Amino acid sequence: MDTNVILLLLLVPLLGALLNICFGKKLGNGSGIIATLAVLVSFIVTVIAFFQVNTTKQPIQSDLFEWMAFANFKVSFGFLLDQLSLLWLLFVTGIGTLIHWYSTSYMKGDENYGKFFGYLNLFVFFMIVLVTGSNLLITFIGWEGVGLCSYLLIGFWHKNQSYNDAAKKAFIVNRIGDLGFLVGVFILAFLFQSVDYMTIKESLMHGTNHQINTWIGVAALALFIGAVGKSAQIPLYTWLPDAMAGPTPVSALIHAATMVTAGIFLITRLNFVFDLAPQIQNIIAIVGAVTSLFAASIGLVQNDIKKVLAYSTVSQLGLMFMAVGFGAYEIAVFHVITHAFFKACLFLGSGSVIHAMGGEQDMRKMGGLNKFMKATYATFLVATLAISGFPPFSGFFSKDEILMTAFHNNPALYIIGSLASIMTAFYMFRLLFLTFFRNFRGTQEQKNHLHESPASMTIPLWILGILSVVGGVISLPGNSWLNNYLQPIILNNAANNHHAFGTIEYVLMAVAVIGALIGFGMAYSKYIKKGDIPQEDEQITGFHKVLYNKYYVDEIYMKIIVKPIYALGTFFRDVVEVALSETIFGLGKIVDGLSLQGKKAQNGNIGLYLFAFVFGVCIILYYLFIAS
Amino acid sequence: MENVIEIIGIEKYIYLSIILFCIGVFGILFRRNAIIMFMCIEIMLNSANMLLVAFSTYHQDAQGQVFVFFTMAVAAAEVAVGLAILVTIYRNIGSIDIDKLKNLKG
Repeated sequence: MDTNVILLLLLVPLLGALLNICFGKKLGNGSGIIATLAVLVSFIVTVIAFFQVNTTKQPIQSDLFEWMAFANFKVSFGFLLDQLSLLWLLFVTGIGTLIHWYSTSYMKGDENYGKFFGYLNLFVFFMIVLVTGSNLLITFIGWEGVGLCSYLLIGFWHKNQSYNDAAKKAFIVNRIGDLGFLVGVFILAFLFQSVDYMTIKESLMHGTNHQINTWIGVAALALFIGAVGKSAQIPLYTWLPDAMAGPTPVSALIHAATMVTAGIFLITRLNFVFDLAPQIQNIIAIVGAVTSLFAASIGLVQNDIKKVLAYSTVSQLGLMFMAVGFGAYEIAVFHVITHAFFKACLFLGSGSVIHAMGGEQDMRKMGGLNKFMKATYATFLVATLAISGFPPFSGFFSKDEILMTAFHNNPALYIIGSLASIMTAFYMFRLLFLTFFRNFRGTQEQKNHLHESPASMTIPLWILGILSVVGGVISLPGNSWLNNYLQPIILNNAANNHHAFGTIEYVLMAVAVIGALIGFGMAYSKYIKKGDIPQEDEQITGFHKVLYNKYYVDEIYMKIIVKPIYALGTFFRDVVEVALSETIFGLGKIVDGLSLQGKKAQNGNIGLYLFAFVFGVCIILYYLFIAS
Repeated sequence: MENVIEIIGIEKYIYLSIILFCIGVFGILFRRNAIIMFMCIEIMLNSANMLLVAFSTYHQDAQGQVFVFFTMAVAAAEVAVGLAILVTIYRNIGSIDIDKLKNLKG
């Protein structure tokens, strides 16, 4: 029974992917329906399994077969449906279904319609593998698989070279993180003779010694590097904004809601390992906080609607890492879920806008769209309120809990996180005002083309909008369903010995709301009252220019990493390879020349042969009998 | 009756055999007529045969003489084959001068 559940969950999206990739052209519009249904089946299975596990409190586990075995080190091809993986599955398949449905309209008319859904289903399959794997290696399969799908989908419109470059960048930057992941897996395998989560957890519960703790610290750091790559944190975040080259539903599903949260998932899954490495947890918190502020500040001045959302995603992921770094895993998970709701809603909303604008992504050419796109506007507004942290929207609760934890653990990071939140409120309302308010600034032709998107696009928006509003109920302060639910997963449940809910907490909440209001007020006065429109690229000066050019990080990476590697490559090609090939070919030429000379001795003259023969025998005899 | 080896001395047989062998070798190296070269090969073979017989007598052991019989039989067979080849060569190029045989050229 358990095995069947897992097989059904896994194989339906895979089957959908194979059908769509192999027969996409023949299926036509059917491929979208098949893909959506495939994910829907997974979602239904997940819901059933979720209720089962929620009642029995026993994880569903199944080892399909033994994958590899050396001496006393065995890896089984096993899957595990416990509270954590089911939670992830719920929103991966749930939001996945909505986004598949949305894409059936959004991608209509694309020449590779079937292939798109094939890749999307393949992504869902790998994501399920990632979250349900019962050991690190299965997770790694999923980890690499989602990276591959991300690459394929970023470069989906492969006729545009810059999109291909973005895809390659995403893949290569992720490879750096993946190396860290692998190193971490090796260290854990070496320490525990196992990569199975349960086994590692049990060995750790029996206590450790000082030396093992040091190695666990190294493993935690390596795994964190893996998470940094996948979840786009400093210094490996640069691929995520570029990843917006992909179709907008892809940005919503992969680069906002699901794949990029894999880093949080990994750390939460291995919370018992990270708890033993407090220095690494500190690093995680600091990296998260700095990333959230850094990305938010870049987001302030971007003019591309998807770029703003991309930097916002990086910033929100930073907040999640901050929570993880404080050991508040359940709070990070909470924010992952609410973020998945409102960020998917925002991305799909921006997709709806881009769709109406005929592919235009520059906010300077939009404006006044609320008159044309009522449903998109309403859902976008709700999601903006949620991400900015206005009560009682979902984002308020999760962000507030993160900031509260930060306040209790490290006030400096609390201030950084709060600043990032104010910036978030500002740039999100800037985005909202520039896109939906005042007058339309595009061409007349675009204006005539403006229309609300079809129902298959707006219904997912409504569902996600509603979830963004009510998502907070899963973890209300004081009485958190989520904390109780995740209790079996998290070994040291920091939030459960939570401080009593008192005055400080209410003050912090008030501060957070005031922060959000400040961001809103600034955006309102600048873009509604004064009616500013962001300047043209050439007129930007000073620090604004630094922000607009994303702190020149891409340029710096280009200079200090990419260029030297290219130079090294050129050096190897022009010097080392030439030297090597000259040596090898030189040897060949010498042998060739000698053999040409030697050939002349074989002139067919029997007399000479006989002479050589006798001469040779004489020499042999001389050495045998006389010289010795 | 005194042994013929003891009368003449084994070293004389060795010298004779060396001389015969060298005659054969130089004949091979300097003559160009295939028949003559054949004969030179026979001389070399026979010098070896003689040495075998001489030592066989010297050691009072018949093994060496048995070898000689084998050598003679093999030599006879070889001559038969060799002469047949020579005849064919002569038919083909009208000469048995080995300088004209250049078909072994590599």
